[in-house]
Amino acid sequence: MNKIKSLADLKKLQAEVQSKIKLREKGDHPENLVQIKVSMATCGIASGAKETMNYLIEELEHQGIDALVTQTGCMGYCYAEPTIELTIPGQDPVVYGFVNKAKAQEIIDKHIKLNEMLDGIIPITYITIDNR
Amino acid sequence: MKDLSLHILDIVQNSIRARSSLIEIEIEEKPEQNRLVITISDNGSGMTPEQLKRAIDPFYTSRSTRKVGLGLPLLKQNAEMTGGSFRIESETGKGTTVEAVFGLNHIDRPVMGDLVGTLLILICSQEETNYVFKHQTPSGEFELDTRVIKQTLENVKITQPEVRSFLKEILQENLEQIQISE
Repeated sequence: MNKIKSLADLKKLQAEVQSKIKLREKGDHPENLVQIKVSMATCGIASGAKETMNYLIEELEHQGIDALVTQTGCMGYCYAEPTIELTIPGQDPVVYGFVNKAKAQEIIDKHIKLNEMLDGIIPITYITIDNR
Repeated sequence: MKDLSLHILDIVQNSIRARSSLIEIEIEEKPEQNRLVITISDNGSGMTPEQLKRAIDPFYTSRSTRKVGLGLPLLKQNAEMTGGSFRIESETGKGTTVEAVFGLNHIDRPVMGDLVGTLLILICSQEETNYVFKHQTPSGEFELDTRVIKQTLENVKITQPEVRSFLKEILQENLEQIQISE
């Protein structure tokens, strides 16, 4: 297999990316970034969280929006999977339910870019999964 | 679960929750034995013998957010439905190993699905977890170790979009090369 060659290519990429990173220093501070956590437990995966997550990552990159998309465990909203927790810098996190690709697109277009909240936010006294 | 890649994604989430630093995913396709073996082992917190006994009980979970835990039972059911078997071993402090054997040509065997997507989600979203992925078929073998990749990347993070697209290409190319018809 061409494993060695791939590593050499990776090294080249490393140098390129590194010089790019130096230009945009803010990438080092996650609190300045839009943060999205995709609920990725059995319930989420079975409902298509993987497609949603890959779509979010690729679409945000495509649009040039600096965002941190990570996975998290079950938030307890199994009925509304796939669910995502969206945190805009300086604001409280909100949780959206039933996020398929179309909804993800809408969230990027309206909530992330224009800061307009959409239908489908799971309300109640939500506490983030880290505090549970 | 619709396909095997989703099962893998699901079971590895257990390893991540067990705070593993290294997770090994191995897929072996053996047409001559009509077997497809998926093994996932981690070095996480492991389970007590009591937890282990209940792990395949759908109404047992270590989570507090809900009362059912279907990941392992679903995998067991799918494997056994295709004439295969399911095995789980665990020791507190050492880690857990899950092995699912599927009948390769069985009509009920789920397809592999989007394995590349699964691996990308795992590899590129958890900075602190390392993965060793091995895929073996009669046409060849592919191995990927994120420790080697991270070493090459030095201070560039594996979560960078550029790195992600690079890995996507590598995975796609290599997995295509060793693919056998499904």
